[in-house]
Amino acid sequence: MLGMIDQSGADGAPGATYDTWLLAGEFRLQWCTSCAKQIFYPRTLCPHCGSVELEWRPSSGTGRVYSTTVVRQRPDRGGDYNVAIVELDEGTRMISQVIGVPPAEVRIGMPVSAEIATREDGPLVLFRAVA
Amino acid sequence: MTVGTIRGSTAVIGTGLAGLGDASGFTHLDLLGLAVHRAVTDAGLALSQIDGLFTANMVNILPTLAVGEYLGLSPKVAVGTNTGGNSFVDHVLWASLALNAGLCDYALICYGSTQRSRPGPPPDAFPYEVRYKPREPISSYALACARHMHDFGTTREQLAAVAVSARQWAQLNPDAFARAPLTVDEVLASRMISDPLSLLDCCLVTDGAGAVILTRADRAPDHHAKPIHLLGCATAQTHRQISQMPDLTVTAAAQSGPRAFEMAGLRPSDVDVLQLYDAFTINVLLFLEDLGFCRKGEAGALVESGAIAPGGRLPVNTNGGGLSCVHPGMYGIFTIIEAVEQLRGTAGERQVPGARTALAHGNGGLLSVQTTAIFGTPETL
Repeated sequence: MLGMIDQSGADGAPGATYDTWLLAGEFRLQWCTSCAKQIFYPRTLCPHCGSVELEWRPSSGTGRVYSTTVVRQRPDRGGDYNVAIVELDEGTRMISQVIGVPPAEVRIGMPVSAEIATREDGPLVLFRAVA
Repeated sequence: MTVGTIRGSTAVIGTGLAGLGDASGFTHLDLLGLAVHRAVTDAGLALSQIDGLFTANMVNILPTLAVGEYLGLSPKVAVGTNTGGNSFVDHVLWASLALNAGLCDYALICYGSTQRSRPGPPPDAFPYEVRYKPREPISSYALACARHMHDFGTTREQLAAVAVSARQWAQLNPDAFARAPLTVDEVLASRMISDPLSLLDCCLVTDGAGAVILTRADRAPDHHAKPIHLLGCATAQTHRQISQMPDLTVTAAAQSGPRAFEMAGLRPSDVDVLQLYDAFTINVLLFLEDLGFCRKGEAGALVESGAIAPGGRLPVNTNGGGLSCVHPGMYGIFTIIEAVEQLRGTAGERQVPGARTALAHGNGGLLSVQTTAIFGTPETL
């Protein structure tokens, strides 16, 4: 048994790969080729079946708001902002922020669509409310 | 030994509290030391007789070593499992197993914190979520709360009723930190932190320490006139981060509760008094439902009826809870101590008359892990 990591293939460290795709303008997530489920957050093995046969594929980028909150913050510190859990059409959920409507007007069940933004601490996926 | 033999096999013979409220100048281990001294005295033991140590905190990465050294103990068994605020309720199970196996004779579960006067570092940030700046832990509980309101029509007034009930109990407890009268309107008018949770939906931030000593049932009567027996205990976990919780309105208490009840041979209707980990008002609703005290979605109406307040048919958080008595970051040990107080019949003005069975429920992480423990007086064996 070899305990070393194979650095030669396309599948590098999962977290870095996720960010690399975002920086290239693509919202990709891992799929398990054994049980066919989508995985988030990025991992080295499938939490549904244990397989390590994972591949990066484009996400639909569409989903619905599963829950939402407004983090209250003084205007001089940037004001209130939204934090939501989005459930992608593929079924996985992630924490994100819904943009395009005021934070307090984000509703559970609202359809949303992914957008990639880049901030000081790295790239991230935001979701825009679909009219 | 099988699961069926745990029921009644161990008992709490000593408890201690220290530093509740503001203990400026003291360290978390100073407060822990005082609580342990009181528990050891309560149990009629010398500190040197403690040979099992179960402890966790948010400061020491090596908690059993830091605490053991401070107390001058070199225990035969030391367990420092940290799953957050439920840890100490979970420790009760492992302490009981170690006692039953003969690995130790006197198990000490203990905790100290200066979360108010000298706050520690925040827990590890999760890379895929910290980017969105949730205000943790409040935002995670707010997300669960918003979904409960959406699915079941739970109202902010019903959540406020949890805070008001806790305050009414606290007014009967001289040890409680917040004892001023409180109304539903005042909770609703308090500053919003992370919708729909406002300031008074959130627990206190206090200092405080607690200690609990268990021994095998055959030894217990030598140490305390009224040993309080462990009847059942179980833990279940579902996730670490709130986005990975399978259903935001169903916690792992729906697993830990039935397992603890099965071990105890009891049903929810057999429980006389409940201590539910109330870091936020929504917790109490979720745990009442998941532990089987009402159907899913009906806890809001239950608490609004006054059932959990003093004089109600289902006394909950009789010390005032984390909302009004004490919350130093990890509240679980205080659920055990208040359960024991009620079963000993020494709870003073807040005593639930004739309480023979008590449930202590601990929550850890972001609704991530749940431990249910059921205790009983000697006549319940």
